[in-house]
Order: sequence, then structure tokens, then C-alpha cells
Amino acid sequence: MKRVVIKTENLTKVFKTGFRGRRVTALSNLNLEVKRGEIFGFLGPNGAGKTTTIKMLMGLIYPTKGKAWIMDRELGDVEVKSRIGFLPEQPYFYDYLTSNEFLEFYGQLFGLERKELRTRIKSLLALVGLEKAADIQLRKFSKGMLQRIGIAQALINHPELIVLDEPMSGLDPIGRKDIRDIILRLKEEGKTIFFSTHIIPDVEMICDRVGILMNGELVNVGRPNDIIDAKIKYIEIITSGIEREALSHLPDIEVSVHDAWNHVSIRVRDENKLDRVLEIIKDGKGKIISVIPQRETLEEHFIKKIGERRN
Amino acid sequence: MAIAINTFKEAIRDKILYNLLFFALLMIGASLLLATLTVGEQSKIIIDIGLASINIFGALIAVFLGIGLISKEIEKRTIYNIIAKPVPRYQFLMGKYIGLQLTIVVNTIIMGIGLYLVLISNELRWGHSIFNVNFDIWKAIYLILIELMVITAIALLFSTFSSSSTLSAIFSIAIYLIGHLTEELKLIGDNLQNFILKETISLFYYLLPNFDNFNVKGRVAYGLEVSGTYLSLVTLYGISYIAVMLFLSGMIFQKRDFK
Repeated sequence: MKRVVIKTENLTKVFKTGFRGRRVTALSNLNLEVKRGEIFGFLGPNGAGKTTTIKMLMGLIYPTKGKAWIMDRELGDVEVKSRIGFLPEQPYFYDYLTSNEFLEFYGQLFGLERKELRTRIKSLLALVGLEKAADIQLRKFSKGMLQRIGIAQALINHPELIVLDEPMSGLDPIGRKDIRDIILRLKEEGKTIFFSTHIIPDVEMICDRVGILMNGELVNVGRPNDIIDAKIKYIEIITSGIEREALSHLPDIEVSVHDAWNHVSIRVRDENKLDRVLEIIKDGKGKIISVIPQRETLEEHFIKKIGERRN
Repeated sequence: MAIAINTFKEAIRDKILYNLLFFALLMIGASLLLATLTVGEQSKIIIDIGLASINIFGALIAVFLGIGLISKEIEKRTIYNIIAKPVPRYQFLMGKYIGLQLTIVVNTIIMGIGLYLVLISNELRWGHSIFNVNFDIWKAIYLILIELMVITAIALLFSTFSSSSTLSAIFSIAIYLIGHLTEELKLIGDNLQNFILKETISLFYYLLPNFDNFNVKGRVAYGLEVSGTYLSLVTLYGISYIAVMLFLSGMIFQKRDFK
């Protein structure tokens, strides 16, 4: 069992658009490794090149430059596709089929036996909570239901690697939670999950590692905590009963004070000065209610990065 | 094979098919009416009009469904999820083609039976035995079927690289029409003095399918014999043409990006 499931080397895609063939670089020199058994979140704003990457990995489009391997096979290998489950972005399926027919069709593409297929379909419909919709045509499905049946078809072949393109877009919070739970369950079964999203909390909650893609370039890879940890924005201290006079000792430290009711919230921007601030509060007979480091969320991280790039 | 069956399912749930089929049967039925206006030779007229209807409506079905075969998959983005499965692209293409052929065979047989029934009722009207009906119409229908398969293959080729369904439809219909006029094309070419023009026209003559080969309507209507050798030769011609079209489609399809 190799540890690396997806590997890309300088993967690049340039599209030619319009009559004059203007060249647009959708992805440039992507170097990425996804390891076995991890949930890898591929994060980026719309148009960052996430779908382009996934389409190349799935053999829908061909790279302009660079190489990629999935489970040690180069792109385009048909055999390796039988070990992958894939959910396209905003899936469009044959809507004249019922759930059963639909899953049967995809099962047949993988060459599954009819009998095995029947039990598989049953368990998958249960997994995604669509048992009652087994004989309903897909055209009558809601968006959340379509997304679920999409995940079910991606799992029909017991894949080792599951690639999901924006699996949570367009879903309500409960729908998102359901999908997150399914993803976590798949990880427990030892599967590798690679999914793209622009919704940051989803990534923060379930991903082992995250790659951030912007304007076709990979700008950061790491554990979500590592990416966030490095950037504690400020530490918020909430105190009560502090003598107002004591606050005047604070100015030499980089702080801001918000006085409301009995509570005073103090923001300390420099971690090293935290002890000094706490001492002052104690001296001023203040009671410390909480000390919370406020981290930069990926969302802000994102916006900042985009800002940096624009400048 | 799953793809072929699915394509068949899709086609038979398509409304355009029923519209065209309805009109074809209407035309065949109407031929009976026209035949009553003539003195004698009714069955000849019914066969003539009937076979022509099968041919034209069959071609329309072939072109419209054939064009939609791939472009619809791309427009509706259903193709993404198929190409990502362990199905080689050429197999997908073949599956689609075979699925459509199934539809066309079923349709043509339905139209053929319609024509046959009309002919039988015509014989009965005159108190003749139903065995009087010219069985050779099935030979003509068989050749029409081969012709339709060639047209579908051409339509498929267009739809693998063109992004506009309308354009593909126009091209395919144009080829269908020219294909029926290739003999005239050759005649024009032979009478030309200009060398380049002459060669271009003769190039077209050889490149385009010669649909006249598949046309034995006149012979059948006049009760002339259509030999087995002729049938097999034309079948061979049709299959070779289809093979080349499918090969080209496969090559283009293999290289295509599905953006």
C-alpha cells in the first residue's frame, strides 16, 4: 500500500478562449500530494482552478503541461478509475431515471454483478438517507437529494479514493452537516477523500490537510490548525470589577479597551505582553472572566491573501 | 452495453421521436388516399410514397437524435460523470451509437409495418389475396436502414467536435441531400473544363456517401428484382463508410477537453 494516493507535478492547464484564442491559465504548476486515508480539502474562491484540477485528475480534460499520478498510475489509466469515486460539481444526471435505475446504471459501468448491485444500492440509499426515494425519478429531487444520490453513485464501486467537487455547495446547514458526517464515516472506513470547496468552516471542521488555491496557484498547504495557528490576531481578556484607575497603566502596551456594563474587554495584540496585562488587572482588583486567543479564520486568511495578491 | 441501453431509454422518452414517427405514419396512411385518385397501379404509388416517407422521416430522426447524442451529454454535463468512470471514451461513443441504432431499427420496423398494413388493406379493397403484396419492400426498407445508419454516423462525427447542435444538424442534412445527388455531381464534374474545379468535384464525389446506392424504391415499385449480390455489396459499402466515420469520431472524441 503506497502512502501517496494523488501526486501532481507541475500540473498546468491553459485554455484557449474566443475566436482569437486568447490564452487563459486556469492552473499553473500545481505540485500536490494527497496521502492515503486523509481528508484533503481543496480550498479556493470560485475560478481558482479547483474544478480544472479535478477534471484533469478525472481525465475529462488533458493537462497542457506537467504530470499527475493516481495510485501510481499516470492520468488516463482506465483501470485506476474503477478504484475512484467521483462526484462532479453541480451534478447533472440523467433525470429520467429513478434512484434505483440511476445507481444500477453506474454500477453496470463498473461491471458490478446484478445481485451484488442490488444489495449495494440498498445500503447506499440507506447511507445517504434516500431509502424512500428509491423509485422516484431524479427530476423530482431537491438539490440536497441530488447531492446525496450523487454521493451514493460515487461510492457504488467501493472506491479507495473519493473525489468530490463542491459537495456542500447549495446545501442548507443540516444538509452540509449530513455530508460532513458521511465524509467522516468514509474516512473511518480507511478511504481517502479529496474534496474542493469554497466554504471554509467545512474544511476547518473535518479536513486533515488543506491546500489553498488562488488564481490557479497553490498558495498554502498544511493542517488547518497550522495555517491558522500561526496567526493569532489578538487575545481577548474579559474582566469585571477592575478599578478604572488601573486601566490607565495599560497604554504602554498595545491594547484596546471596551468598557461595557461591568465588563471590560481588553484586546492584547502582542502575546508577549499578556502576562504584564494580567498582572495589571490583578493589581487593579479585577476578576478575570476569560482569556481567549482570537485566531484568524481561514475566511479572513483567504481575504487577506487575495488582498495581498491584488496589491 | 449499459450506455447503449440507456441511450435507447433516453431516445424512447424523447418527444421529437414520436412527433416524427407520427407524421411518417400519417404520410404512409395518406398515400392510400392519393392512390385512390389514380387509375390502377395503386400499390405502386403507395410503395413509392411510403418508402419515400420512411426514408425522409427516418433521416430526420437519425439526424436530430444523432446530433443530440453527444452534444446533449456535454450541454447537460452528464458526460462528466461517465468519462470519470472506468469506461474508455471510444466505448462510450460506441455505446451511444449502438443505442441510437436500436432506436432507429425499431422505428424503421414500425414504419415498415405501417406501410405493409396499408398495402394489405389496399389489396383487400380490390378483393385480391394479401399475398399479392410485394415482399421486396422489405429489401428497400433494409437498404434505407443501412442508409440511416450511415447518416447517424455522420451526425455523430459532427457532434463530436461541433459545439452547436444547429450547425451540426444543417451540415448533416446538407450531406444527406448531396449524398442523394452525387451522380449529378459527377455528371457536372465530367462536363467541366476547369481542371481544379473538376478535381474538387470529383474529390467530393468520392468523399461523400453515395446514397443513391441505397435507393431501390423505383425498382421495388415497378416490381423489378433486387439481387442478393447487390444487397450485400451495398451493405458492405455502408458498413465501410460507417467504420470510417466512427473511427474519425473516436479519434476526435479521445482528444477532446470537456470544459
